[in-house]
Amino acid sequence: MVNKLYFSVTAMFLMAAFSHSHADQRYNPISDQITLKECGECHMAFQPQMLPQRSWIAIMGKLNDHFGEDASLDEVTVKHIEEYLINNSADAGWWSGKFMRGIKGNAAPIHITKTPYWLHKHDDDELPKQIWDSPKIKTKANCLACHPRAMQGDYDDD
Amino acid sequence: MKKLLITMISIFPLTLPAPIWASSLLDQYAYQAKQEFPDFKGFSTKDGEVFFLKNHNMGKIATPACTSCHGESPKQIGSTRAGKTIAPLAISISPQRYMDKAKVEKWFNRNCNSILGRACTVIEKGNFITFMQSQ
Repeated sequence: MVNKLYFSVTAMFLMAAFSHSHADQRYNPISDQITLKECGECHMAFQPQMLPQRSWIAIMGKLNDHFGEDASLDEVTVKHIEEYLINNSADAGWWSGKFMRGIKGNAAPIHITKTPYWLHKHDDDELPKQIWDSPKIKTKANCLACHPRAMQGDYDDD
Repeated sequence: MKKLLITMISIFPLTLPAPIWASSLLDQYAYQAKQEFPDFKGFSTKDGEVFFLKNHNMGKIATPACTSCHGESPKQIGSTRAGKTIAPLAISISPQRYMDKAKVEKWFNRNCNSILGRACTVIEKGNFITFMQSQ
């Protein structure tokens, strides 16, 4: 009985590990409706696991100049969203998420597309440079152009 | 029954300019405009159109005009700089557009600052919606 249980538990772990290797670009979809709505009005609401806490704090503290536009919100909404982003950021768990790789010291990058991990996953060896000129893409912030299931946190398109 | 009918008519005026919600927001802006500008005579469709089409270039570099994201015609679908579509501004196509005052104010607050580098006056906002109502 114990052996059988041990076997099935081991099998489950192996299956999880195996499937994981095939689906390593998965992130938790945003579960907070206010964050999803407010962050998703001009661009796709990016999963908070893609930046460290300090980056989200920097972004939320400067919404009146948000990547070249005013994206101001009322104070209550700002606090609510900031809390969700912080609690789900790349360095929120007991181990750091992939997006913490290569981020030095106290650096607080505000562009997901300039983090070492993002750059590594989109480097010139894998993607021809001209791909970014495609009118379908328009900007590197447009994840959905190439990752149709990005909203669900699924970036497994390679 | 007759009494009820009379009461109903007195509560709900018979002639309702459509759409009622945009109008009620415009009424609020008109009231505010009269307070702030004593010689205010009413909103102007033409001024709203000029404002919408003008290359203001006074705010942030990426957004010199309303048309930077909304396109040249209020009836067309716009696009944010990040590639998301924006529903047309014209009330004939987007009748729900100006129903929620908090939402309208949120976007005027953001976009006026992005485009003009300052808040819009109540007359600018009223003219803008009046123009969109005509579209």
